[in-house]
Amino acid sequence: MDSSIPGRAGEALYRVMVRIRAFENAAETASQGGVSAFGQQAAGAAKVRGPLHLSTGQEAVPAGVCAHLRTSDYLTSTHRGHGHTLAKGADLTRMMCELFGKATGFNGGKGGSMHIADFSVGMLGANGVVAAGLPIAVGAAHAQKLLKKGDDITVCFFGDGAINRGPFLEALNWARVYELPVLFVCEDNRWSATTASGPMTAGDGASARAASMDIAATQVDGNDVFAVHETAARLVGEVRVGGGPRLLHALTYRVKGHVSVDLAAYRDPAELAAALETDPIARARGHLLSTGIAAATLDAIENAARDEVDTALAVADAAPWPDASAAFTDVQTIGAGQWH
Amino acid sequence: MALKKELSYSEAAVLAVQREMEADARVVVLGEDVGRGGIFGQYKGLQQTFGAERVIDTPISEAAIMGAGVGMALAGLRPVVEMRVVDFALCGMDELVNQAAKNRFMFGGQGRVPLVARMPGGIWDASAAQHSQSLEAWFAHLPGVVVVSPSTPQDNYGLLRAALQCGDPVVYIEHKTLWGLRGDVDEDIAVPLGQAARVREGNALTLVSWSRQMQVCAAACEALAAEGIAVDLIDLRTLWPWDRETVLSSCARTGRLLVVHEAVQAAGFGAEIAASAAEATGCRVARLGAPRIPVGYAPMLEAQSRIGTQAVVAAAKKLID
Ligand SMILES: Cc1ncc(C[n+]2csc(CCOP(=O)(O)OP(=O)(O)O)c2C)c(N)n1
Repeated sequence: MDSSIPGRAGEALYRVMVRIRAFENAAETASQGGVSAFGQQAAGAAKVRGPLHLSTGQEAVPAGVCAHLRTSDYLTSTHRGHGHTLAKGADLTRMMCELFGKATGFNGGKGGSMHIADFSVGMLGANGVVAAGLPIAVGAAHAQKLLKKGDDITVCFFGDGAINRGPFLEALNWARVYELPVLFVCEDNRWSATTASGPMTAGDGASARAASMDIAATQVDGNDVFAVHETAARLVGEVRVGGGPRLLHALTYRVKGHVSVDLAAYRDPAELAAALETDPIARARGHLLSTGIAAATLDAIENAARDEVDTALAVADAAPWPDASAAFTDVQTIGAGQWH
Repeated sequence: MALKKELSYSEAAVLAVQREMEADARVVVLGEDVGRGGIFGQYKGLQQTFGAERVIDTPISEAAIMGAGVGMALAGLRPVVEMRVVDFALCGMDELVNQAAKNRFMFGGQGRVPLVARMPGGIWDASAAQHSQSLEAWFAHLPGVVVVSPSTPQDNYGLLRAALQCGDPVVYIEHKTLWGLRGDVDEDIAVPLGQAARVREGNALTLVSWSRQMQVCAAACEALAAEGIAVDLIDLRTLWPWDRETVLSSCARTGRLLVVHEAVQAAGFGAEIAASAAEATGCRVARLGAPRIPVGYAPMLEAQSRIGTQAVVAAAKKLID
């Protein structure tokens, strides 16, 4: 049920989702032919190369959660991290530059999509290793507690597949043992690469596992941005006042394949069709219209996002490549250099 | 005021951590049993002094200990991460290899991970295959980390302090059978990372080793000296970056290099040094390490993995002939 939310805040959530969608649609187009996987060969001409994991259809989760975060809060992310990064306040153009591998990207072209990060807004990095962000998040939260950083918190996004790796268990236990200010957010999109997560997971999944460690878990319709927003408001508030860790289990759906070239032929088309009917952006639009916001206002938000992304594509295209010597910098201070 | 006292290898380590914790409030210790001083006494008394918030007892969660260390470092702390033994560090391998070591580069210099991962290594008497490994070559193979392996109390004090002041991840391998070794520790002596120590001078042969094997090599040098063979003995101390200048200039002078390590010889770090020396100086090279077998339990099995004085002497003589 779409709950009510003041118009301005509703528009802001809508803008975040629409920007994520526009960014990823453009990145997807720019990635075609850029990766060999899932039976396809790389053609080599793509502007965005390597694996590109899209979060199409999942935008409501980062939008609803990150709306409650400040720059000084930390965020750790997954391989599917563009949405998280944008929602946390990172610059869209610099993210596109990084996807293009350019020197002006967040990571100077050293990371690409899978390692997107913007430390300047507290976004401590996407991660190429499933579940690896969880222990890092509890460490960041532990530091926040020890350094007495006011009521700052750490939010940790992870997928439903990650809960079957040991670091998930270790991190949740850790967070509870030390009563850390961390919000775990499971983006349950029902798939882990080409395998459905359900049959691979014993028991009732993320919420049940959190509950077994005495961490309060809340399930939410992850395609309803207002519901996510409202639930996250409560959980973030509880974490901020020292209530210890919480887990938000957001039920959503992975609309695209695992990576941009994956056509997801292994999936029942009916499942996708059903999921598309609950598209979070269309739903939010319908709800906002019903509260009296003009269609033109929402159209303007969409057009602005598309323009912004077009500009970002042009900027990224024109941006310089990193100098080859950058391959030898930021390795380490002592013992760096060009020794083979 | 210069403070010189006789300490054990583990007491020297405690003192080093204590001095760094006094100097820098960001330094914290985390690991299993560290509150009681660590299983080798290498954190003895620190929790009493600095409290449970800075010397943090953790669950048996090596991945989380290492991973939380990474997160703490990113968020402004300087953690000492205790892995108990190098063998268990493998349970936190992703967190070390893919996270700690890669963070700075992968994120384009946005992040720094100033953590020291302590993982006691080497043969621990009668401790068999999972508590006696020497895996330093794995870590030396890993761009992004510094690798340290001290052989004396003085070096353990100095190198641990240097490791804690280094802004990058350091893999710090103390030897499980050196904890009780006693020696003078001068608090005013700094031991920089990446600098080897020439322990003996000679012209017949360059002998390079590190960690506990230094004691075996020192004994071998005595035996060789008795036969008139003067050895240039070098304690590498830091494996990455290793002190090429000291080693290669010695090799150029003696024309012969023997590298001795406790680790399995195949694909060991000795191969790296030997190849580098041969490339750079054209000297004759040889390496001596353990056979490629897991360390056995029974004394006669364990002995097969040990490099003794006689073996070092024989290898040295063969190289000189
Ligand atoms: C430790 C590890 N194992 C396997 C992979 C390969 N892999 C990348 S993403 C993925 C699926 C992850 O599923 P989930 O956690 O549910 O996240 P989603 O992709 O659905 O967002 C897999 C298996 C990996 N990156 N890391």
